[in-house]
Amino acid sequence: MKIHLSNYDYLRNFGVFLRGFDAENPSCLSITTNDKWINVHPGILTVVAALGLKVGPENIQFDEITATSGHYLDAMGLFKIINKPSPFSISTHEPAGRFIPLTQIKTPAEQSRFISDMIPLLHLEPADTEAIKYTIGELVRNVLEHSQSDNGAIVAAQYSQEKKIIRLGICDTGVGVKESMRYTWPRHTHDDLEAIKWALVPGVSGTTKREGGTEDNGGAGLFIVKSITMITRDYFVLYSGSGVYRLLKRRPDVRSIRLNSDPDRDRNSQTNTAPLFPGTLVAVDLSLDKVREFSSILDSIRRAYSQAIKQRKKERYKRPQFI
Amino acid sequence: MTIKIFKYAGSFAENKDTARHLREEQIMPALKNAEEQVVLDFDKVTGATQSFIHALISEAIRQYSDEVFDRLIFKNCSSSLEQVVNIVADYMEEAST
Repeated sequence: MKIHLSNYDYLRNFGVFLRGFDAENPSCLSITTNDKWINVHPGILTVVAALGLKVGPENIQFDEITATSGHYLDAMGLFKIINKPSPFSISTHEPAGRFIPLTQIKTPAEQSRFISDMIPLLHLEPADTEAIKYTIGELVRNVLEHSQSDNGAIVAAQYSQEKKIIRLGICDTGVGVKESMRYTWPRHTHDDLEAIKWALVPGVSGTTKREGGTEDNGGAGLFIVKSITMITRDYFVLYSGSGVYRLLKRRPDVRSIRLNSDPDRDRNSQTNTAPLFPGTLVAVDLSLDKVREFSSILDSIRRAYSQAIKQRKKERYKRPQFI
Repeated sequence: MTIKIFKYAGSFAENKDTARHLREEQIMPALKNAEEQVVLDFDKVTGATQSFIHALISEAIRQYSDEVFDRLIFKNCSSSLEQVVNIVADYMEEAST
């Protein structure tokens, strides 16, 4: 595999990352970087780290980093997590106020510890952190429960003080969305993209077809996270296998946001021909000035969710036939 | 009975194993007794994931329908916590009608 880290690998330009990602030869990983500047979304770094852990340090080739911003990779803990010597001799920056370095989470207890430990690192007001904790809580749990990944979840986040945006990534190298849904939903998982979109439908759980889910799984987590980013008009990316679904930004002049149960009805870009990623990445941006009213965001989601389930049940009813 | 969620789940309730444990060991056994009221006290809990609340209360709603809310009481919930509880209550009620 080959990954190129460019100078504009943000979710807005996710296609740039995909063009620089070659999934051939999955037993080794070669990493190259832009020679002038590196600007990478933490989600992309979680992909590098997850693949690096999968292939092992002896199978990772890291080309010389000449970009002056290359130390960012060191500060984010990339070399440490993939167990490669860092080319940077400067001491690691204190993460306080800016980022959450790459972290591996393998158990629910580690997840709980991570969530309580990470918030002080961001130095944010408590009201700003609810949506962040919520998003990480749901997505990491999804990995631990459904991915069957030996290496658990890789998580990282970065806070842009200038733009007041939290950028988050959660990645695993498990079985992928399609495989985790295939047994329960064979008719909706013919390919990776179809499975991804089905997983985003409210009330769809990989563990049961029963409406309302099982006692342990409701099938709401991904829909709620996507809806949070929909309401805050930010990016949401779900990449698994060869499928990528990317929620695009809503125009700021469009005042009302409609939460759709069908992800095809959202403003999105999608492909089923991405390089075959052996796992799942969820990457999101959250604008902090918009997530402060978290309870009103959840209220909108509640109404959309109920409506979606009513509609789905209605579609199952037999209709009178008129001849 | 009153269950202090903070004691088990901390200030942000996201660990479904904790929720499952509370459901199986305390909530469902208590609800079997038709006279018993179960108070879920979220004092000092600032938020929870839908997954946590689902694992905590969905089975009770499925078994006892919305009648359960006469005996399953939520105390000291923040506004966002109330919304998460409402999300789960709404879809479970929709699912069971």
